[in-house]
Amino acid sequence: MKQFDYVRPATVAEAVAAAAQPGAAYLAAGTNLLDLMKGGVSRPDRLVDVTHLDGLDQIECLADGGVRIGALVSNADLAHDAHFAKSYPAVAEALLSGASAQLRNAATIGGNLLQRTRCAYFYDAASRCNKREAGSGCDARDGENRTHAVLGWSENCIATHPSDFCVPLVALDAVVEIEGRNGRREIALDELHRLPGNTPERESALEPGDLIVAVRLPAAARGFAAHARYLKVRDRTSYAFAVVSAAAALQIENGKIVEARLALGGVAAKPWRARAAEDVLRNVAPTADAFQETAWRALTDAKPSGDNAFKIELARRIVVRALSLAAAGTPARIAALPASPFASTSGAIHARA
Amino acid sequence: MPELNLTSAPAHLRHGSNIGQPLTRRDGVLKVRGQATYAADNHPPGMLFAVMAVASIARGRVTSLDVAAARRHPGVVDVMTSDHKPELAIDPEIKTNPFVFRMEVLQSNEVRYANQPIAVVIAETLEAATEGAALLAPRYETLPALVGLDAGESFVPPVVGVGNPTENHRGDVEAGLAAAEKQIDAIYETPPQYHNAMEPHAIVASWNGDSLQIDMPTQGLMLSLARVAELFGIAHDKIHIRSPFLGGGFGSKGLMAGPPVLGIMAAKLVGKPVKLVLRREQMYGPVGHRAPTRQRLRIGADGEGRLTALDHHARTVSSTFDDFYEPAADASHTLYAAPAIRTSHDAVRVNTGTPLFMRAPGEATGSIALESAIDEMAWACGIDPLAFRLKNYAEVEPITGKPFSSKALRACYEQGAARFGWAKRPLQPRQMRDDDGLLVGWGMGTATFPALMFQAEARAVLRRDGSGAMEIGAHDMGQGAWTALAQIAADELGLDIDRVEFKAGSSDLPDAGIAGGSAHTATAGAAIHSAGAAVIAKLADLAANDERSPLFGAGNAGVIARDGRLIRRDDESRGEGYSEILARADVAEVEARGTGAPNPAAMEEYAMHAHGAVFAEVKVDPELGQVRVTRMVGAFAAGRIVNPRMVQSQLFGGMIWGMSFALHEEAITDRRSGRVMNANLGEYHIPVNADVPPLDAIMVEEHDPHVNALGIKGVGEIGITGSAGAVANAVWHATGVRVRRFPIRIEELLTKL
Ligand SMILES: Cc1cc2nc3c(=O)[nH]c(=O)nc-3n(C[C@H](O)[C@H](O)[C@H](O)COP(=O)(O)OP(=O)(O)OC[C@H]3O[C@@H](n4cnc5c(N)ncnc54)[C@H](O)[C@@H]3O)c2cc1C
Ligand code: SF4
Repeated sequence: MKQFDYVRPATVAEAVAAAAQPGAAYLAAGTNLLDLMKGGVSRPDRLVDVTHLDGLDQIECLADGGVRIGALVSNADLAHDAHFAKSYPAVAEALLSGASAQLRNAATIGGNLLQRTRCAYFYDAASRCNKREAGSGCDARDGENRTHAVLGWSENCIATHPSDFCVPLVALDAVVEIEGRNGRREIALDELHRLPGNTPERESALEPGDLIVAVRLPAAARGFAAHARYLKVRDRTSYAFAVVSAAAALQIENGKIVEARLALGGVAAKPWRARAAEDVLRNVAPTADAFQETAWRALTDAKPSGDNAFKIELARRIVVRALSLAAAGTPARIAALPASPFASTSGAIHARA
Repeated sequence: MPELNLTSAPAHLRHGSNIGQPLTRRDGVLKVRGQATYAADNHPPGMLFAVMAVASIARGRVTSLDVAAARRHPGVVDVMTSDHKPELAIDPEIKTNPFVFRMEVLQSNEVRYANQPIAVVIAETLEAATEGAALLAPRYETLPALVGLDAGESFVPPVVGVGNPTENHRGDVEAGLAAAEKQIDAIYETPPQYHNAMEPHAIVASWNGDSLQIDMPTQGLMLSLARVAELFGIAHDKIHIRSPFLGGGFGSKGLMAGPPVLGIMAAKLVGKPVKLVLRREQMYGPVGHRAPTRQRLRIGADGEGRLTALDHHARTVSSTFDDFYEPAADASHTLYAAPAIRTSHDAVRVNTGTPLFMRAPGEATGSIALESAIDEMAWACGIDPLAFRLKNYAEVEPITGKPFSSKALRACYEQGAARFGWAKRPLQPRQMRDDDGLLVGWGMGTATFPALMFQAEARAVLRRDGSGAMEIGAHDMGQGAWTALAQIAADELGLDIDRVEFKAGSSDLPDAGIAGGSAHTATAGAAIHSAGAAVIAKLADLAANDERSPLFGAGNAGVIARDGRLIRRDDESRGEGYSEILARADVAEVEARGTGAPNPAAMEEYAMHAHGAVFAEVKVDPELGQVRVTRMVGAFAAGRIVNPRMVQSQLFGGMIWGMSFALHEEAITDRRSGRVMNANLGEYHIPVNADVPPLDAIMVEEHDPHVNALGIKGVGEIGITGSAGAVANAVWHATGVRVRRFPIRIEELLTKL
């Protein structure tokens, strides 16, 4: 493969300086980046390995009641942290529905946020792809695009962001802490990923050298713990990206929804927060009708980008189901098949086997 | 080859004979310890690494390669191209026999499919070779790619599969359809699929003068050797191929393909040993695949639900430069007793690598369509699918009228249905729900696969120390040949399995034919059987002609070999150990050869097939359309079972592959470029553990006196057939929605639920 430099900085400041150079890329667990390098999709000149940086692998409970997750915490460690899973059950469920156990053990939180799209034309160096090579065209637009975006896409790019983790995070107002050349700053997760517009090659709000150091969930996010679910429809039972997914979180008091959170995955170039749809649920009873209306509102602007109109209908149904599941209450234990429509039966099947 | 430390199951698991015992894999410990040497694990001194550059277009011509850039890359030793390569002894386009397929070994700059090799970079490290290949930055003259089942004019190929007639008929199908009370006319589509063996195709080739040492996974040692010999113009005895283990083949490692030939050429070019291993995505092109099909089934039945006609037409594709046609419609020849049957095929040419044998080629594709159609017909007649199949049970092979050599299918239906609880199935679809409100459906399919035999030879030895040896160039693709064939050898030699040195997996052993067509155990087993009998006969001769032996005068036919002793058949108290016989005769060992081959007379007289019945339960989310198989029961009758543990694992594997066929597997081809867009195991879906429910495979007792001396039918491929249809039919029964395009996707169900 292409020869590249490999550096292992000792401090965050060194890392930022090393990665600010053109052609540099951060290497976390590499479960996405190394695949891209093997396929010739990413060809960095320098890898800045951040996995040995100190202090980025902690899950901290903050004084204000929130939680701070270091960028190097593994997907598995976070999902299996009992306190975290109890406080943010939809996040844990989303994490556990992603990839495979081996990948989750390796993959980091920071890498998960910044994983690249699974658009097949992006991965195929022989295809035209505006994201891979700005201005070259988009072979997905008239190609095999059954799994592509139905929201927020442009003629220049119809790719989706594939992360499960990000979907409940965006619903729960997560904040991303970034260390850059000009010091530390933070942005809402909702601002991290960009819609394609005319510049699909610019995927995030990060500048060269920017290192994600942590993700924070505010104290308020814990208020949804009793009614929070993630639901993910896949082409096989496990180890598949979402065709469409949804995170739903409710606060219910005296039979009425006080506050609702809703986000969709697999539908856009970013985890899709459905704010207008959330408004439908304020101060209403958690009924099937209300959830139906919410679903319609969430997908009002949706349009197929190709052979994928079914995703719009599927998304509506997933929204209704996710909200119903959330209203029914977070189960005491995460099911054997997290986030699966078959979650409830699977345990029994495996117990018998 | 490093010594194989094969283990055997503890003795208490065996009761006298070896055949029929569930021994664990004798190569199992080696494999879990990582000590089993697969081809790519070999590193002869001085070995270099070769990496193929492959075409990113499906049709056209390579106009330039930046060879200089690749050569400049540190570590790159040479770049093999169509202008710079060792010459072959014959043109690779020449088909010298029906088992020779055309291959791309840089004979020209023409590109005929995506992922075709266009150059090979040889370097000191894998990394340098990989980057060298990337630096070639090929340029092309691109022509529009021919893609899909409607790519061009269709034509009727001269034969399908391996020499099967393209069309077959018996009776008058049109008259049968016209007379039918109920008819169905339905079109089913199956996608291209790729073998995706876990172990990629790999070769380590070393030349020493004009002799050639090869490590390469192959399902056909001698066929491969013969092809290498003719391509490189060297004598057979100058070539040695080792293939002790395969990480799966499924038909893709049966015949010599282009990439390993390129490895041998590269070794010749640089004069050093070379290793060439395909990358996963490079397996989607030059090493075969299962072609897509579009199948039309027209079926008629009378008022009683008895078939009046069965018409099965299959459209498929082949490459633009060679011929292999998936014989999908032939699946309708053997199962259902329609008085009129017609099967036919046509094809179009597309820009793909030539499709080839892939686990149950034709049988699997045909089965899912036929079993779906039979289910549709049963429903049209208002009859339970099992009752319908029993009503149309074929007592003789429908297409030929021949009797079956054996057929325990009725018992398969009975035992499978009983285990599954089929009797409780409501006739109407969409009647069952589980406690969580998921739709539940039950479906079934009939499984069938021909019982084939090829040619094989074996060499048996009995030694003075009381041990024996059996040598046969057999292939263990993971199916368990190291174990099952050794069990047969032990019985034939009358020895405990631990006393038999069983040798396989190397081309310097007697020719075991090909591990394909589910015929390897039967074929190699027959050769072992006859070699064993011959060596025992020699030993018996020694004893019977020696007046000092208690067996003196027993005559050849009069002894039994058991526990390392020969015993008089008419008086079991009189016997003698092998060691004593050999010691007295003062010979170190006796040896004999034997062959296994099909019996043309029996084949003329009988139809020979394995059979089975598969029952599946699926659950479908009524709003979201996601499907999950929750239970599968198969009952299979395949003659004599040599090792029930290995057989069960073959049947499970087949059943899982059937489920995969119905619900998951599909190579997604870009309709413009002809490139496979999901050429990796992340996106080319096969079932994962969570998709696979508890499986049950019943081995139904069947005695077949005609198929071969040991009464063995194959079990490698039958499991896919029947299973795919059973799952598809269960989806219909759960939902009331009939999906005729496979794999069944969420969107096909979603809006119709
Ligand atoms: C077969 C397969 C199936 C998968 N299935 C799923 C799934 O179902 N759901 C799902 O959500 N995900 C899935 N994934 C994706 C997986 O979650 C990601 O690959 C993983 O989270 C990436 O983490 P990493 O640490 O390996 O990142 P890397 O691969 O090391 O990095 C990914 C990207 O992030 C950048 N980066 C990493 N860390 C930082 C940081 N701290 N600051 C700034 N930039 C950084 C890197 O430069 C790189 O561009 C799957 C992956 C594979 C290979
Ligand atoms: S959809 Fe986006 S990522 Fe995919 S090919 Fe088009 S531009 Fe590239």
